[in-house]
Amino acid sequence: MDQIPRPLPRTLYDKLWASHVVRDYDDGQSLLYIDRQLLHEVSSPQAFEGMRANGRAVRRPAAQLAVADHAVPTHNRDRPIADPLARKQVALLASNTAEFGLRNIALTDAEQGIVHVIGPELGFTQPGMTLVCGDSHTSTHGAFGALAFGIGSSECEMVLATQTLRQRRAKNLNVRIEGDLGPGVGAKDLILAVVGALGSAGATGFAIEYSGSTVRGLSMEARLTLCNMSIEAGARTGLVAPDETTFAYLQGRPLAPKADMWEQAVAYWRSLSSDEGAAFDHIVQIDADALAPQATWGTSPDQSGAVTGETPDPASATSEAARRRIERALDYMGLAPKTPLRDVAIDRVFIGSCTNGRIEDLRSAAAVLKGRKIAPSVSGIVVPGSGAVKRQAETEGLDAIFKEAGLEWRDAGCSLCVAMNDDRLAPGQRCASTSNRNFEGRQGQGARTHLMSPASAAASAVAGRIADVRDYL
Amino acid sequence: MDRFERLISRAAPMPAADIDTDIIFPARFLLITEKTGLGRYAFYDWRYGPEGSATPDFILNTPAYSGAKILVCGDNFGCGSSREQAPWALHDLGVRCLISTSFGEIFRANCFKNAMLPIVLPPEPWTELLRRAAEGRELEVDLTTCTISGADMTPIVFDIDPSRREALLEGWDEIAIALRKDADAIAAFEQRQRSSQPWLYERD
Repeated sequence: MDQIPRPLPRTLYDKLWASHVVRDYDDGQSLLYIDRQLLHEVSSPQAFEGMRANGRAVRRPAAQLAVADHAVPTHNRDRPIADPLARKQVALLASNTAEFGLRNIALTDAEQGIVHVIGPELGFTQPGMTLVCGDSHTSTHGAFGALAFGIGSSECEMVLATQTLRQRRAKNLNVRIEGDLGPGVGAKDLILAVVGALGSAGATGFAIEYSGSTVRGLSMEARLTLCNMSIEAGARTGLVAPDETTFAYLQGRPLAPKADMWEQAVAYWRSLSSDEGAAFDHIVQIDADALAPQATWGTSPDQSGAVTGETPDPASATSEAARRRIERALDYMGLAPKTPLRDVAIDRVFIGSCTNGRIEDLRSAAAVLKGRKIAPSVSGIVVPGSGAVKRQAETEGLDAIFKEAGLEWRDAGCSLCVAMNDDRLAPGQRCASTSNRNFEGRQGQGARTHLMSPASAAASAVAGRIADVRDYL
Repeated sequence: MDRFERLISRAAPMPAADIDTDIIFPARFLLITEKTGLGRYAFYDWRYGPEGSATPDFILNTPAYSGAKILVCGDNFGCGSSREQAPWALHDLGVRCLISTSFGEIFRANCFKNAMLPIVLPPEPWTELLRRAAEGRELEVDLTTCTISGADMTPIVFDIDPSRREALLEGWDEIAIALRKDADAIAAFEQRQRSSQPWLYERD
């Protein structure tokens, strides 16, 4: 009897890719259709300038959404932006989007926030889409099962003009996370452990799919944190297959499909998971049960470890290059080899960013800070990821907890994650930060960054040094 | 876009791993909305001390390597932020070719859009080129033959996507090409998708 030929099992990434190929070229590249683009003030001006210089129109204005987040101040928002360059940059986004007929969420708008926070909040981000932004943390949106990746300004222009990009298909990497996270351990600890296991370039050329019982149990907010930092291991794309958690989050959001369209969309979205037996090029297993709260000690997000551990000894490095890399990081961070992380005193705390600026992040930090004061030697800011997060936090009284603890409560933006506005560390200052990059100079020239979860940052603020949040639960 | 065919230059050795785009172009200069004239900010915090004086031992500040058109750089060069200001600034410094064992993917893609050639090599030939760079010897990079050569060395062959090679050699305007050659295919795709996933077109 003849066998009915069955299609080969495919990964989620392969399905998303195949459903967006406009055409394949001879050399293995493809022209990929881009469903949605988010634009912000830093990477878009040159793209709009290119459009203008060539007399080109935006192919699908309704597929674009713009918001200023990087350069915006997080206080005194009732006044004009003090920095003339930032003021000009934010104004340029408004005039460019007006000229090309695109929607721009103004700084004064209730919906303003970090691109990667408001995309999900508004329902702009949906499963099955291709979504790009001139920002490397666009991988965040993969938490919905969207093929989302960061691009440069030239590619932003290409998308504005053609709604396509010339791309090469990535390889498939499956990060399987099984087990139950312990108290005080969350998605940020998971992704720091994943990046630490993969290395800073370990996932270059791959799209990561996060799966396993732990991932299934994560909220949308936690999944967004997980996918957000995929780029810190080199992967432009991080994915979680959509499920009931995803649909429940999306339903009723302003830009989500409604009524019959919703039913039709969900029916399609349910097909978006890796088939049984789909082949991955590489698989990494992470044990959630055993995971301790994590913190970074170096100048690359993969230079991390359990908060109960110590800085490495360059002498025990496995290669000359590895030794030099550790030495360079410890030197910049002003730390000796084999220093217990919990001995490291901090000056500043930053709670916010597209990694950890969502309502659950603020709740977990507030739970630690409630009834406590931050150490006298420490100052810090809490910057909600969006206006909506800010309002929700205020409804729940979280702002009062932060202020009573001694932290400043700010307006939404990227703030001290990228230090383009006036939120900036002084040279040599050390910060417990919930952001995504501990690069040299990232939070200001000469500033030193230790990445950790919101709960860990809150505990560290109280202790005045890097702390194990489990001692504060 | 300008064409890239071949160049001969000294190559500056920058072997440190994970030189991210924040190091290449610090974020505080991202408030500038132009894409030209950014070379003065390249590697700013490595090139200049706190008072703005040039750091004498930074490789691109040394007379032997200032104006080098080639960088032999460490693993994962250009990782991190997607800012195209990083390749724009390097281009403005005169850099046209980067040779590493791996690059941040977005940075690498951005180079190709700016007439710059990022070459990925296995560790062994990379180490050989790093040695030559450190000795101040010239390298010739020829995209027409996909080779890197120098005095007394067997030319090293490198891989590159054929269409990316052609784009550099011809100085393609990718947008113009897509609009000219792929417009029908894009329209046909949209028509198919509009009927299978109509919710994606509700607001057009």
